[in-house]
Amino acid sequence: MLNCRTLASLALTTLAYSAHAAPAADLQQIREEIAQLRANYEARISDLEVRLKQAEQRADNVTPAGDTSPNLSAAAPQPAAATSGNAAFNPAISLILSGQYATLSRDPTGFRLAGFRLPTDVRAELAPQRGFSLSESELGISANIDHLFAGALNFAIHPDNTVSTEEAYMQTTALASGLTVKAGRYFSAIGYMNEQHAHAWDFVDAPLPYQAFLGGQFGDDGIQVRWLAPTDLFVETGFEAGRGANYPGTDRNKNGAGATAIYLHVGGDIGIENSWRAGLSRLATSPRNRDWTEVDGAGNDVTGSFSGSSRLLIADAVWKWAPNGNPYRTNFKLQGEYFRRSENGVQAMTVASALAPNVGNYSTAQSGWYVQGLYQWAPTWRGGLRSERLETNRLDDGANNGTLINPDHSPSRNSLVIDYQPSEFSRLRLQFARDRSQPGVADNQLYVQYLMSIGAHGAHKF
Amino acid sequence: MRTIHRLAGIALLAFTSAAMATVNILACEPEWGALATELGGDKVSVYNATTALQDPHHIQAKPSLLARARSADLVVCTGSQLEIGWLPILLQQSGNPRLQPGQPGNFEATSFVRMLELPSSVDRSQGDVHPGGNPHIQTDPRNIALVAAALAKRLEQIAPSDAAVFQARYRDFSSRWQTAMTRWQAVAAPLKGLPIVVQHKGFPYLEDWLGLREVAALEPKPGVEPSSAYLTEVLAQLAQRPARLIIRAAYNDGRPSEWLAQRAHIPAVELPFTVGGSDKAGDLFGLFDDTLQRLLTAVK
Repeated sequence: MLNCRTLASLALTTLAYSAHAAPAADLQQIREEIAQLRANYEARISDLEVRLKQAEQRADNVTPAGDTSPNLSAAAPQPAAATSGNAAFNPAISLILSGQYATLSRDPTGFRLAGFRLPTDVRAELAPQRGFSLSESELGISANIDHLFAGALNFAIHPDNTVSTEEAYMQTTALASGLTVKAGRYFSAIGYMNEQHAHAWDFVDAPLPYQAFLGGQFGDDGIQVRWLAPTDLFVETGFEAGRGANYPGTDRNKNGAGATAIYLHVGGDIGIENSWRAGLSRLATSPRNRDWTEVDGAGNDVTGSFSGSSRLLIADAVWKWAPNGNPYRTNFKLQGEYFRRSENGVQAMTVASALAPNVGNYSTAQSGWYVQGLYQWAPTWRGGLRSERLETNRLDDGANNGTLINPDHSPSRNSLVIDYQPSEFSRLRLQFARDRSQPGVADNQLYVQYLMSIGAHGAHKF
Repeated sequence: MRTIHRLAGIALLAFTSAAMATVNILACEPEWGALATELGGDKVSVYNATTALQDPHHIQAKPSLLARARSADLVVCTGSQLEIGWLPILLQQSGNPRLQPGQPGNFEATSFVRMLELPSSVDRSQGDVHPGGNPHIQTDPRNIALVAAALAKRLEQIAPSDAAVFQARYRDFSSRWQTAMTRWQAVAAPLKGLPIVVQHKGFPYLEDWLGLREVAALEPKPGVEPSSAYLTEVLAQLAQRPARLIIRAAYNDGRPSEWLAQRAHIPAVELPFTVGGSDKAGDLFGLFDDTLQRLLTAVK
């Protein structure tokens, strides 16, 4: 700063000196100019002094007293990547590209999970496809909204060239005491896998109980409140109230909530190498006129419509192991979930030939489970096995008993998967499954799938 | 709902009473946990999210970490996207507003040092590059000094009642650290200009401090596993431009560097990389004592 001032006064002196010989009028003009110059410099110098002081204050924050090493003088916090204007506030964008090739030994037309009367559209969505197809590709956009809220949106691009909004929600970030509130459209936090997006699953398809009880995955429009306990043991509980328009519920013209869910998750570490999480969840929906179509023994189409209550219980557990707790190279994951559902209400059944539907009581108790284990033996290679089964423990059609012969068959499937993942962002997958979801011959399924991730680095849920 | 509310109230009470005693710190990496202990003493209670044997790029938001984030007053992390794979989700699900980015409870060490290897452009084809610069800043003790100053200030801000303690402990730590740095500088003189091979590009700050010369890296791109074909290439390259030793972090797989060491006839050295990475690296002083000792022994 001193230098600056000396230079300025030196320049002024020089100017004044050279002006000595000039006539009086000129002198006056020069004096005025000098005064103006001085004023200008004074203003700029004081401005510079303020800025220097600010810079010193900033530097004080980072430079420890008494530090003399020379290359630290340059050490000052650097600004993040140069961003300007509105672009600086662009949200995180991530794109998942996924496609597959499937060979199925059994014709997927008329796909059914024996004993489970799925709505026609759900059944169509779950039916596997032969040949090449797009798997679920996703576009996600997320960012903090302000100091109180964050928001996220997820579009899913389906093989049939339709786009759906998987998730679109806002979430609180500033509530104290471990509370988080989410509102909008989201995947329910029931079970273990339900909240994960399809690209984070370890197999090409959802396990049979997810298909039979939740239509693959349960998403809802509503509000979710979660509370995390202030304990060293992980204890989280949550409550959701939503529209309940998706299977096992149906859309209804009614005030209030069509679906409610509660859950409790507990978890922790055992030593440094083992982590676990276990949970209990309950989903209650009240479907109205949930329509389905089946075929009776004589080959007639039978349509039905169920109204009543649906109660689903899920128990889930996951255990992860890695040597030294460092999963990068080697790790093992074991996960399993048990489902139990009871549905009670009335059902109208119409056999194609009959003129009027026959209304009767309807009551079921059904269960299902899957267990899967995945072992990664190298940073790029991983393999796994999955076993799953569905059971109809009770199916009572009331006055309609006998219209449909209940199949004496419990759907089951065993799958083997091998993943090659050259980086965190790409994965190639080969899956072989022996599927007995329907009576008769088993369906041998072979899948080849790619999963690619572009854009923002998504953090991994446990 | 009412029960939840009442439970939350009890939890809040329990939490407030705990906070008065000590500052609850969740340290993303052990070096910051060790630094927080140096500066906070018994006024802080520190939980390390990772150990020296865990690659901090590849940790998951485990339930145990969520539980700790829930009641932490301060999270001390490296930043520069080192923890991008797990920290954002941990903070988001913690229900803890104190730790959110921009709050005093969110401390990123890389904001307080001069970053190296700032990429001029970022593209995933270049491997695991960090837009904010190389995040492994803890291998240069001058960075530790800078972060210590900032962290001491942050502790004072979070627990003003104990500010005098933090100031005194910082002054004590700072003078011991300066003395140690002078000693290390003298001891490390023979390492200046030493040509080395690194397994992962995790040592630019160590190289900058000691004047080491990195001639090759075993990972073809940061975060990409070395293939045997690539290792053979590196071996051929070493014939042209020889190196004196190969260094890796304690959490790295030893096989690629041992493979190359055998064929290039140079030693492979495992460095603690952070506190707890070796028996002798029990604290920050031990970390640099042991790092230098291992390097000096290898080139003797």
